[in-house]
Amino acid sequence: MIGVDTVEIAPVINDREMLLSVPVRMTLAEMLRDRLDLFGVKLSCEMQVCGVCTVLVDGQPVSSCTFLAADSDGRRVSTIEGLAEGEQLHPLQQAFVDHFALQCGFCTPGFIMMAKHLLDRTPDPGRDEIVEHLDGNLCRCTGYAPIVEAVLDAAERLRAGPS
Amino acid sequence: MISPPRLDAAPKVTGKARYAVDFRARGMLFAALVRSERAHAVLGDIDVSRALQLTGVVAVVTGDDLSPLFPRYGHIIPDHPILALGKVRYMGEPVALVLAEDRYAAWDGAELVEVSYRELPAVMDPEQALADDAPLLHDEDYGMGDRSFEEAHSEPRSDNVCHRVELSWGDVDGALSRADLVVETCTSYPMLYGYAMEPYNALADFEDGYLKVITTAQHPFMVRDDLARVFSLPLSHVRVTSPYVGGGYGTKSYTKVEPLAAVGAWYTGRPVKVEFDATGAMLTTRADSARVTIRSGFDSDGRLLARDVNLTLDTGAYADNGPLVLSKASNRSFGPYRNHNVRVRGRAVYTNTVPSSSYRGFGAPQVSLASELNMDQAAQQLGIDPAQLRRRNLIPPGERHYPGKRPMDADLAADLDLLLEGLGWEDPGGKHQGIGFGVTASDAGAYPVSTAAVKILPDGSVLVATGSSEMGQGSRTALAVIASRELGVPLEKVAIAQSDTHSTPYERTSGASRTTTLTGLAIQRACSELLSRLEVVAAELRGGELTEIKAAEGMVVGPWGDVSFGEVVREWFGGNLGELAATGVVRRVGELQELPPFWEIGVSGVKVSVDPDTGQVSLLRLVTVADVGHAVHPEMLKGQDVGAATQGLGAALFEELIYDGPQLVNPNLVEYRVPRAKDMPPEIVAIVAERGDGVGPYGAKGGGEGTLNPIGGATAAAVGRAVGRWPDRLPLTPERVWRMMRGEEN
Repeated sequence: MIGVDTVEIAPVINDREMLLSVPVRMTLAEMLRDRLDLFGVKLSCEMQVCGVCTVLVDGQPVSSCTFLAADSDGRRVSTIEGLAEGEQLHPLQQAFVDHFALQCGFCTPGFIMMAKHLLDRTPDPGRDEIVEHLDGNLCRCTGYAPIVEAVLDAAERLRAGPS
Repeated sequence: MISPPRLDAAPKVTGKARYAVDFRARGMLFAALVRSERAHAVLGDIDVSRALQLTGVVAVVTGDDLSPLFPRYGHIIPDHPILALGKVRYMGEPVALVLAEDRYAAWDGAELVEVSYRELPAVMDPEQALADDAPLLHDEDYGMGDRSFEEAHSEPRSDNVCHRVELSWGDVDGALSRADLVVETCTSYPMLYGYAMEPYNALADFEDGYLKVITTAQHPFMVRDDLARVFSLPLSHVRVTSPYVGGGYGTKSYTKVEPLAAVGAWYTGRPVKVEFDATGAMLTTRADSARVTIRSGFDSDGRLLARDVNLTLDTGAYADNGPLVLSKASNRSFGPYRNHNVRVRGRAVYTNTVPSSSYRGFGAPQVSLASELNMDQAAQQLGIDPAQLRRRNLIPPGERHYPGKRPMDADLAADLDLLLEGLGWEDPGGKHQGIGFGVTASDAGAYPVSTAAVKILPDGSVLVATGSSEMGQGSRTALAVIASRELGVPLEKVAIAQSDTHSTPYERTSGASRTTTLTGLAIQRACSELLSRLEVVAAELRGGELTEIKAAEGMVVGPWGDVSFGEVVREWFGGNLGELAATGVVRRVGELQELPPFWEIGVSGVKVSVDPDTGQVSLLRLVTVADVGHAVHPEMLKGQDVGAATQGLGAALFEELIYDGPQLVNPNLVEYRVPRAKDMPPEIVAIVAERGDGVGPYGAKGGGEGTLNPIGGATAAAVGRAVGRWPDRLPLTPERVWRMMRGEEN
């Protein structure tokens, strides 16, 4: 990078230990997309409102558009790319497919990561809890209802255990 | 019909789906824009020297650098400079393009460009723009863009009217004077931003003598045409591709940022990436706001005798698709009613604001607010149930409500009954609750031109090539379903190649709700041609008369028995080689001679409750009716309908771009509020009516926008019934409703 201060960081990205030199001003989203080709991380409003850039840092959802890459040093970052086990979709991913819970798909990775954060802590959420939890993620295509259905269904599948 | 999984679902849930914004090129430069800080000004000196000294900045391009090119674009009126040429016409207009080795250098470089302006008086709304002493935004002759849109005029203007429509039949004044009741309704529809979540972006490169552009565009062929004109290239030398489009809704119709990226690549000889955030996108294109006045005359039985419509659209600084939006708004303003006396006078007006263009519904939401509220108000004054008033006037199937256009290809009264049942119209609800609904018909489908290619490969799998774009509406899946049905080949063996002006056949547009109907028809015809070809080839290979050979359901059957499609290909070419291909063409002939190709029906409504203390409107129920002839994929159709209605609810309750003087004060997603999960009603009912009455495959006709069109008027009517006063503008924010309930101006 040109004419800017850089910092060495060692984050764990989708279970892989990384060593990176990044400009101090680089956001986590820019690092994931520009450096690591993790294009499942999307950008839209770039002011922490729309939720498309949501990734998990140490299990907590963050807007990677406004989270500095430098602050991921020593932390575990999870993106949509790390969710499936090989060809086997995560139950949340499969539920989004089955419920037509996506159209253009641009918001989908952010929704799935946000929903994962909910289901990691709350295996049996009510509909209102899901709506509340996802209120910070915008979808312009679906009208939200199929997304809520998908998360309800995924919770049930996860509770039932591996099929 | 069953609804198979979307073909694009797995890539989209795993993050593997690639959108234009995800493409990179070796040696690529990042671009940043310097935007105008004035609404209307003559450009003075642009000092780029400090920016060029910054490490990493490679070049700064300004309008002066574009003189070897045709420096403007615009498919109807080419009035839109790629970079400001001597003058700026809105705050936020691109003035200079900074190109750098990385995004940070580009951003920092843009901060260092110094622009001087000589300010001109600005006109910020149509009223100011139409005043006698208003400064002119455009006084040049730009020449014509799209010759198929003949109404647009390009000669130098003496006023700020970008486009004018006058439409009439019958004797409106006479009928109004004889009417038992004349009802006048005036409404304001807000200035909107369509907010597709993938903001405008493009990657351009000159390679092998071709200009190659990867962009988030709905209509790559239209973009190709604009780019070819800019660089004086043959159409064949411009390759525009649209991978997965992260939301379109009309906002990505026509050329947006592609010329910026292409000019950057031309100037530097390197690939150039232009990426905007949502704020940048909001400063690029918005949707027209509208002021509409409708006067309707009725007899005492509630029969509509005449309608007189005046509408003014705020088109912003450049024409873009504004003339067509006005034309469509005019055609959609008098409602799907039997009416022998109609007059529409419309103007699209240039102002010093962000240029406006297409947005889902395309003029219909703007005018339906007035035209359907007008029916509700008339019903109240006549003492007739508003549903009954509509039934009495709705145009029946097969009858024309618009002289010279296609007769009504839908049963609107039956659709209305389905809607009212879903809404529970008989039960108006409790105190501070209300139901509102509406019926619209839009001349959709655009100009019927589509081409498609279908191939059988030696293993019997099928490749469909189409120039239509997958922007979430599900065209990839729906078109594959059609090919699978036509050929009798399982869906898993059908692949779709989309949206590449070099490798897929010509598609006019992916808009106007046309793809399943018109592209579907082109694919259906290609499949039919391909089946004939298989029969001819099988006869040549194995003998027999064509009359006794039939290709269908994945097999060619003849006197010699059954042979699979793949076997025919292999036998014909030898080994595992070759492919058999056919094309299908849709033109404006035969059953598609009459325009529009179909009427897109909009039938939807809501039940709301209003908090009397705060004016907050809560949605209790949303009901949509899809009158699409045949649902090729029912689940995706319902998703389109509810999604469209939800966007309409955004305009009804929350969304409005606000100008304070020369400046757009809320070009961001904090202050421009779109519907969220919590805003949605607990009850959503999506009804599908299939009567096989469309011109498309299996009697299909278009959907996906219709349910949006009446929703603004429906919400206004529901709130009106809840509070006892008719609203006259959207969005119905808590403050507006609260003031309305207290009898203040809203």
